[in-house]
Amino acid sequence: MALLEVKNLGISFGGLRAVDDFNISIEKGCLYGLIGPNGAGKTTVFNMLTGEYLPTDGSILLNGKNLVGKNPAQICQSGIARTFQNIRLFSKMTVLDNVKVALHNEFNYSLASGILHLNKYKKTEKAMDERALEILEVFDMKEQANTLSSNLPYGQQRKLEIARALATNPQLLLLDEPAAGMNPNETAELMDTIRLIRDKFDITILLIEHDMKLVTGICEQLTVLNFGMVLTTGTPDVVLNDPEVITAYLGE
Amino acid sequence: MKNKKIDKQLIKNIAIIVVVYAVVAGLLYGGFLTRQFRSLLVPVCINVILAVSLNLTTGFLGELTLGHAGFMSVGAYTGALITMNLNLPLVVEFPIALIAGGLMASLFGVIIGVPVLRLHGDYLAIVTLAFGEIIKSLINAMSVTNGAMGLSGIELHANYKHFTFVFILTILTIFAIKNMVNSRQGRAVCSIRDNYIAAEAVGIPVSKFKVMAFVVAAFFAGIAGVIYGHNVGTLKPTTFDYNKSIEILVIVVLGGMGSIKGSIIAAVILTILPEVLRGADEFRMLLYAIVLIAMMIFNSSQLKERILANDIVAKFTKVKKEA
Repeated sequence: MALLEVKNLGISFGGLRAVDDFNISIEKGCLYGLIGPNGAGKTTVFNMLTGEYLPTDGSILLNGKNLVGKNPAQICQSGIARTFQNIRLFSKMTVLDNVKVALHNEFNYSLASGILHLNKYKKTEKAMDERALEILEVFDMKEQANTLSSNLPYGQQRKLEIARALATNPQLLLLDEPAAGMNPNETAELMDTIRLIRDKFDITILLIEHDMKLVTGICEQLTVLNFGMVLTTGTPDVVLNDPEVITAYLGE
Repeated sequence: MKNKKIDKQLIKNIAIIVVVYAVVAGLLYGGFLTRQFRSLLVPVCINVILAVSLNLTTGFLGELTLGHAGFMSVGAYTGALITMNLNLPLVVEFPIALIAGGLMASLFGVIIGVPVLRLHGDYLAIVTLAFGEIIKSLINAMSVTNGAMGLSGIELHANYKHFTFVFILTILTIFAIKNMVNSRQGRAVCSIRDNYIAAEAVGIPVSKFKVMAFVVAAFFAGIAGVIYGHNVGTLKPTTFDYNKSIEILVIVVLGGMGSIKGSIIAAVILTILPEVLRGADEFRMLLYAIVLIAMMIFNSSQLKERILANDIVAKFTKVKKEA
C-alpha cells in the first residue's frame, strides 16, 4: 500500500474550481515532485493535504487513514509536516526554540511542573535540547542555535524551516518551493540536504519546485498540474519531454 | 555548563530581590517613608502583578487585550466577599480569598477564551473591551456586590503593614509567569504570536494555548484584584473601567511587549510618577502625559541603544536588569 493515497481531491472557492479530480499515490521512501506553471494549484493541494483548506470533495489517505476534516495540528501529529513557500519561522524566537516548538508533542510535561521547575521539567528540557541540537547538526546549524531566527541569512532560514518540520517526526514531508530565491550553489547544497534527510530520517518527501535542475536532479516521480488538473504523471525524463507539459509551460 | 549559567542567574535574581526588599522594608519599618509613599507600596506591587500577567496575553501571545481590569474586578469582589463573610483569622481567610479570587477570574478567562478562538487583532481587542464593560455592568446590577454603592469595610489584610506578604506574592507571580514563558507551554504561546499558521503546522493545538494564556493571565489579575480590595478597603464598579485596563496596557507597552523586566520597571515608574508630580497641581496630568510621551520615544530611540551599549552603563544594567 502506498504511504499517501489521494483520490479525486477537489476544492472550489465560490465559483472557482481551484483543484479538480487530483489523484496521487506516493510510495514510502519516494522523492516525489509536484510541478506546474504558476497558479496551477500546487500550493492549494499542499494546503488541503495539511488541513489548512477543507477539500470540497475527495479523500486523503495516509497509511490508509482518511485525513479529511482534521485540523492542521492533528494532521501534523498523524505524520505530515510541511514548509511554506513564503518562509514562516517563529521570528522572535531563537533557532533552538524554533525546533523545540516542533518537539512539543513528542516531549511532555505539565504546566505545573513547568511553572515550578520540577525535576521532570529539567529532565525533559534537557532531552529536548539534545534532540533539537541533533537535528540542527544535520543541517550544520548547531553554531547558530542561540541566534534569533529572523537574523539568519535567507538560505539558512529555509533550512531551519525544514529542520523544524523534521522535528515533528513526520512520515511525509512536504516542501513548498524549497529552492525559491536560492543561488545555484545553495540549490546544489539543498539537493544534497534533501537526499540526506530522506535517507537519514527514513521519510518520504513531496516537493513543489520550479527549479528544473533540482526537480530532474532528485525527484524520482513527477506529477504535473495545470489549471487545477493533473496533466500527467511519471518519471522526470518521460514527463518533461511530454509535448503537453512543454505546451503548458511555454505555450503553443 | 548551561546549568551553571542558569543557577548563576537565579542567584543574581534572588540577590536583587533580597536587596530590593531590604531597602524598601528598611525604609518602611524604619519609619523613613512619608504617608504618601507608604501608601504607594502595595499599589506598585499590584501594578507589577497586573502588568506581568497582561504581558502574557499581550506580549507573549501577541493579542491586544483591553479587559484586564475586568478580571481584576472579578478577583477583587470575590476576595472581598469571602473575607467579609468568613470571619476567620487572617492567615486562613486571606489565602482562601486569594485563591478563590484567582480561580473565579480564571473562570471568566475561560469564558472570554471562547471569542478569543475566533478572533484576533483589532477585533479581539474590541471584544475584550466590551467584555470588561459587561463585567462592570454585572457587578453594578447585582445585589451581592451591593451595586453601584460598592463594598466597604473590607478588612485591610493587604495594606502597607502586610507589605512583606504582598511583596512575596508579587515575586511568586513574576517567577510563575517567567517560568511559564520559558516552558514548553510558553514556547507554544510565543509560537502562536510569531506565526500561528506555522504553529499549527508543527502540531501546536493553537486554541488550547490561546485559552491557556488568557486563563493564566486572568488568574493573576484576579489575585491582584484581591490584594487591591484588601488594601483600599472599599470597592466600586467604576474603579475597574477601561481606563484601568488602558493604564495596565500602557505599562506593558512602555516596558516592552514580551519583556518581564520591562513590565516590572515600567510598573514601578508609572505608579510612582503621578504621585511625585502631585506638587505640580493642575499641570499634573499634563506633565504625566508629557513624561509618558518622552519615555515612549526614548524607549524606541537609538539614543537608548547607544546608552545601553556604553560599557559602564552595560555593566550596571546587566546586574540591574536581571530581575
